[in-house]
Amino acid sequence: MTERFELAIVGAGPAGMAAALEAKARGLSAVVLDEQPRPGGQIYRRAEARDARLEAALGAEYAHGMALTEKFLAGGVAYRPNTTLWDLSPELRLSVLRDNRAGEIDAAHVILATGAMERPVPVRGWILPGAMSVGAAQILLKTTGAVPDKPAVLAGSGPLLYLLAAQYLAAGVEVRALVETQPGANYRAAAPYLLPALWQRKLLLKGAAMLRDLRKHGVKRWQGASSLAVEGNDACTALTFAVNGKRERIETELVLLHEGVIPNVHVTMAINGGHDWDATQLCWRPRLDAWGATSVDGVSVAGDGGGIWGAEAAEHTGRIAALGAAQRLGKISEEARDRAASHARASLARLRGARQFLDLLYKPAPGQRLPPDDVIVCRCEEVTAGTLREVARIGAIGLTQAKTYTRCGMGPCQGRMCGPTVAALVADERKMPEASVPPYRPRAPYKPVTIGALAAAVDADTPPPDASAGAH
Amino acid sequence: MFRRLPSADAGARLRLTIDGVAVELRAGETVAAALFLAGSKAGRTTPVSGTPRGPYCMMGVCFDCLVQIDGEGNRQACMIEAREGMVVTRQMGARALGGKAES
Repeated sequence: MTERFELAIVGAGPAGMAAALEAKARGLSAVVLDEQPRPGGQIYRRAEARDARLEAALGAEYAHGMALTEKFLAGGVAYRPNTTLWDLSPELRLSVLRDNRAGEIDAAHVILATGAMERPVPVRGWILPGAMSVGAAQILLKTTGAVPDKPAVLAGSGPLLYLLAAQYLAAGVEVRALVETQPGANYRAAAPYLLPALWQRKLLLKGAAMLRDLRKHGVKRWQGASSLAVEGNDACTALTFAVNGKRERIETELVLLHEGVIPNVHVTMAINGGHDWDATQLCWRPRLDAWGATSVDGVSVAGDGGGIWGAEAAEHTGRIAALGAAQRLGKISEEARDRAASHARASLARLRGARQFLDLLYKPAPGQRLPPDDVIVCRCEEVTAGTLREVARIGAIGLTQAKTYTRCGMGPCQGRMCGPTVAALVADERKMPEASVPPYRPRAPYKPVTIGALAAAVDADTPPPDASAGAH
Repeated sequence: MFRRLPSADAGARLRLTIDGVAVELRAGETVAAALFLAGSKAGRTTPVSGTPRGPYCMMGVCFDCLVQIDGEGNRQACMIEAREGMVVTRQMGARALGGKAES
């Protein structure tokens, strides 16, 4: 069965929810599809399940997310959870998968609010059980109130490292150590941007409070660490790393890794939208106009999927994209659109002021993106950095060639977990700028679909074929 | 590797089994959370080398949490909320097709 809406929004995080509420207010018929069972995106994961003590540990932003989620659920916008987009056609037909059954939605405009993912951290042993991402551990905290049963080591770079540590401490959970990988040079590069960041005093003060918290609880912080390795045979037993010219070793069963987040560009790449390389955030970003419109007619992007600016900014870009769609579809005039967007634009400019400082301060160290030869880069097909360097040397100039030679990116994650590293390795080995290494070109289905799911949709739609047809 | 905070112990309870062992969960929690709370570090072994893997991203990106749920293989444990009576089997190697293991 094919449904029709004026606007289809993919993703129910802050950008998608804000876009939906704005679209509704402007008289658009809208539907929100989300892969997750509950709204909120990753940032406000399970924010509608209120728990006072957990809320206190998670902080004020999470409470804001709960309010937004409640408003969204009460807002009367069609909402389809557990629904995965697996194809978006040039005619704006969305092929989706819900509860293992395929379906279709036609739209006049599409807003992709598919958010961000954590940058893969391909250190030695990152494939071992007991090594997982900081974001993953935070999701367990938000959805299940689950915390490490023995003190964990948090390793890598970025504000999320301190945030999760602070949340654990607030919940009375011990943290073993922080192993920080941002190089000293980052502090010098970021310093000139501290002044503009002062406009975001709230954010900086929050950061300072988190660092004070760590000190107060006596959490050991290692700074300038490099060549991280998770040790263990069948599961993590320790983290080792180089620091101050020595190799250190911390025994632990749980290592949480993080090197910042990057836009989830799988769909914008698949529909062949234009992208630009962001040399500070070290990631691809879809090329967007002032209303979030991509180079593909009728498709916009809102939120961190268009570049990492954070959850608060995502609400503003969500509103702006919805206003752009409403004007494009003739619901409001250009003047009304511009007037309605002015507040969101002013807030965005203020929020973006602090970003350059944070991006430069926590920019991943080159070594964290260029693992030694024996490290598995493609987790699905188990292709090592050494193999990828070799194919780059013998002629792979981009990710498609590397894939043809080695099967990297051909497993179920479809290159999401290896793409950034394969590109960094090819660029490094061939002495090319990363911006000139062609990324993977994802194809439909964007997530694995079984033949059974497709067949279930056909069964529901069409009468059984004429039994005699097979005889001819 | 993980335990539940006492404050998070509210909510309707349900039970599923992982490799025949009962695990108690709260409504709205995922199969991947069940794996962790049950003390399973690895939910599967890989089809390529047979080495153990556990959930890595918890948000549907990495596909390292694949398990068999109610007889169907290659299900993403981190994306699926637990239901009463669910039968979860850790997936060793490639998924089983039609109830038989692929070699």
